Amino acid sequence: MKPVRLISGTVAPLDRASVDTDQIVPKQFLKRIERSGFGEFLFYDWMQQADFPLLWPEYHGAPILVTGRNFGCGSSREHAAWALQDFGYQAIVAESFGDIFATNCSKNGLLTVVLEPDAIRELLDSAPAEATIDLEAQTVTLPSGRAVPFEIDAQVRERLLNGWDDISLTEQRADEIARYEAERERVGPDALAI
Amino acid sequence: MAAAPKTLVEKVWDDHVIGDDLLFVDLHLVHEVTSPQAFEGLRTAGRKVRRPDRTIATADHNVATGPGEPDELSQAQLAALERNCADFGVRVYPLGHRRNGIVHVIGPELGLTQPGMTIVCGDSHTSTHGAFGALAFGIGTSEVEHVLATQTLPQRRPHTMRIDYAGELGPGCTAKDMILGTIAQIGTDGASGHVVEYTGAAVRRLSMEGRLTVANMSIEAGARAGMIAPDDTTFAHLEGRPGAPQDFDAAVERWRRYATDEGATYDRTVTIELDGIVPQVSWGTNPSQVAPITGVVPEPADETDERALRYMDLRPGTPLSDIAVDRVFLGSCTNSRIEDLRAAAAIVEGRRVASSVRAMVVPGSFQVRADAEREGLDRIFTAAGFEWRGAGCSMCLGMNPDILEPGERCASTSNRNFEGRQGRGGRTHLMSPAMAAAAAVTGRLTDVRELVGG
Repeated sequence: MKPVRLISGTVAPLDRASVDTDQIVPKQFLKRIERSGFGEFLFYDWMQQADFPLLWPEYHGAPILVTGRNFGCGSSREHAAWALQDFGYQAIVAESFGDIFATNCSKNGLLTVVLEPDAIRELLDSAPAEATIDLEAQTVTLPSGRAVPFEIDAQVRERLLNGWDDISLTEQRADEIARYEAERERVGPDALAI
Repeated sequence: MAAAPKTLVEKVWDDHVIGDDLLFVDLHLVHEVTSPQAFEGLRTAGRKVRRPDRTIATADHNVATGPGEPDELSQAQLAALERNCADFGVRVYPLGHRRNGIVHVIGPELGLTQPGMTIVCGDSHTSTHGAFGALAFGIGTSEVEHVLATQTLPQRRPHTMRIDYAGELGPGCTAKDMILGTIAQIGTDGASGHVVEYTGAAVRRLSMEGRLTVANMSIEAGARAGMIAPDDTTFAHLEGRPGAPQDFDAAVERWRRYATDEGATYDRTVTIELDGIVPQVSWGTNPSQVAPITGVVPEPADETDERALRYMDLRPGTPLSDIAVDRVFLGSCTNSRIEDLRAAAAIVEGRRVASSVRAMVVPGSFQVRADAEREGLDRIFTAAGFEWRGAGCSMCLGMNPDILEPGERCASTSNRNFEGRQGRGGRTHLMSPAMAAAAAVTGRLTDVRELVGG
């Protein structure tokens, strides 16, 4: 995973609430067994509609997507995170996110930032203006120049800043896991007897 | 000194946490859609599956439930699952195996899902297994790879939320109406960031099938997981199943401690009043856009509602029972168990599917299908004009040939009415199995109580 530190550039607006992962990548594109190439399927049905803002030329190549509350609710498909990243987004800024979706993003180095409704409104209304997200300082500099702070899980932040791979980190705790397993199987029933 | 009182979720968490931020996974369920990239990741890194004995795979999302073969890409994905499971020593129930079925149906059916467990799967409806008092939640493919490699997941101690039901379900109302009514009240992010525990006398009175329906839709309120403390109903359901512990009495003794202690507190509590609830149907494009069948299509409250009404081609003020349907889908991990099929068959028996409607029953597993056939339910359905299908996720997500055509309207027992979920341009109304059966015979959304004289 590539380290994430500073993301700066055009803000693309998607002024909708509760955008579910079925909209981000419809199910007919989940049949592929690869991890790459999902960008062309992003918001597939909405991209067929001429008035869909993300189609407009001023938003091409924008690294930041700003949207309403509960973005990425619904299905756990990580293809949604892969598609957003493959399309070119490096950060998604929203009022709130679906839990599984936000986790999926963090595993791929796609930054999710939660901001207060007034900051979201400013970003949506000022698009295609530019903004800067500083993960180290935990701030978003809005187009007006106002810098607003954001919260992020300390461990997620550290992994993103360093581009660390989760599995390698956990493997360093293999002894701890083995001790737990030995203890658990002494006191509990074996899980799968069939 | 007595230990501090704990909630159910805290007990399961404490039993499984390694250090303070790594959760041990008892049972990892795998299916064909969200696993290929995870197995490929293992291969690339030269890793093994740490605990194949705690991993079980089935094919469900992509399988064809009717005549004909799945398309080439689907077949490649199904073949990849079998190849990956063979390469990594994981047990798999492919299509054609008697234990094949929807991952969230076969877990409980085989007795793999047990109280106090941690269960994960690359599918958001993994919350289903919480009906047994397990901490069960959906994960993405990177996490699937992580669990395959380490049998653990980095996690934060969850926030807890209690949804407490007051009152009783009235005639014609089921677990589905309970949970749809709940999501209508708290919204699709009403439980975000929390693990829910469902409590109240009405929950205790639910069968395991009903509890599975409630827990299944926890994710539709944004919850990470939804749990119901195990009781005698749970234990009776588990006894004798292939995966149940051999010393069952000893296991029951262990399981009884998975209940919230007197005096334990939750981060949040919501009370839902059940008295007066009537059968519920969704009218919009998310599972909180729900109304009583006796009501009308509501006035839009915001732009999200306006978009939904446009997509659904509905006008505010239209009585819900005037809305005609083209299709009926009885199935999905929410409502495809034997009790669901019985409830629908009871409405269908002696009646005919309306001539304007195409209706299908897709049992949740081949075991459910066999059980239903033993009871003669298949004959009731087929005599009425339903299609009787093989098992799978089918039209709940339409990754397979079972999809709606653009503009078609469907009465569905599934869990999501998102735009295009059941097929591009398709329009989904969520409801209980009995309500879907009623819609099939009248050809419109119908208050099932009119058909049972309740």
